[in-house]
Amino acid sequence: MMLDWKQSLVLTVVMAVVTMGLRFLPFAVFRKKTPKAVLYFGQVLPYAVMGMLVVYCLKDVSVMHGSHGIPEAISIALVAGLHIWKKNTLLSMVAGTLCYMVLVQFVF
Amino acid sequence: MNLHKTLRYAFRQSLPVLAGYTVLGMGFGVLLRQAGYEWWWAVLMSVTMFSGSMQYVAVDLLATGVSVVTAAIMALMVNIRYLFYGVSMLERYRDAGPEKPYLIAALTDENYSIICSAELPEGVNERCFRLALCLMTHCYWIFGSVLGDILGGAINFNSAGIEFSMTALFVVLFIDQWQKTKQHLPAVTGVVITAVCLVVLGPTGFLIPSMIAITIALFAERRWLEDMVHDA
Repeated sequence: MMLDWKQSLVLTVVMAVVTMGLRFLPFAVFRKKTPKAVLYFGQVLPYAVMGMLVVYCLKDVSVMHGSHGIPEAISIALVAGLHIWKKNTLLSMVAGTLCYMVLVQFVF
Repeated sequence: MNLHKTLRYAFRQSLPVLAGYTVLGMGFGVLLRQAGYEWWWAVLMSVTMFSGSMQYVAVDLLATGVSVVTAAIMALMVNIRYLFYGVSMLERYRDAGPEKPYLIAALTDENYSIICSAELPEGVNERCFRLALCLMTHCYWIFGSVLGDILGGAINFNSAGIEFSMTALFVVLFIDQWQKTKQHLPAVTGVVITAVCLVVLGPTGFLIPSMIAITIALFAERRWLEDMVHDA
């Protein structure tokens, strides 16, 4: 563990409060009308955030060093191809993860 | 109402989620264990957050030891969609009784879409159905995450590379979202801005600047994206 249990607990509580706060907020404040800017932001942000999270997952990959990001590129291509073809979340995830594990453990 | 019939219907509706939450929960549990957290942390997080994508991110944030502010902003960005589930449930949940706070707490992507689309057969009680569905799916999620945590600690296997499950999850969600709309500017904005911030600022300091830049960019792009609001 990078953090001790108290620091971990504080972070966990903060993330849980924010997560639950977002679920409860509309019931507390937007009883009548939701502001247009909020509606707009809520409509477009999820698309941008998913893109952000994909890049975030790859933050420690270096094209210059180690395996040059090749296992990541191959596995992402597999996940994407499989998902566009079969549209099965579990299949895409499990196959992609196994492919990556084989690549980093046995090939690179 | 017919309690037996209602519970059976709720269980049938929850079946597609059973496999998904168990496997996804196990992936989360294994990662959590890898970061050094025992099974009760899995229980704590799955009970209090009940959010797949957030919990995967949470493991990463705990493992890197980020600040409270970073964790809070990250949770805000990742989960902002819940705000809109709430907005669209305002009417539907108006008649709910004492179980209402729990129903709101259990508004995950899956529960939201099942509750929104379910066409209840004769004799099935709506309030009882919703509560039962949420309790069932919540149990699957807790069960999967605890199982993953315990197996991750008990079975000695070479788990190198299992952290890719988080990347795989977000690639899948990214594709799902991409295919839902013809307007790809927000998705491209998210990828490009984050990638540029990562290259310029490096892996430790790029996240919050990315989130701020994405927010500004999305509002700057508003006049091109305004029609997306009406599509949904």
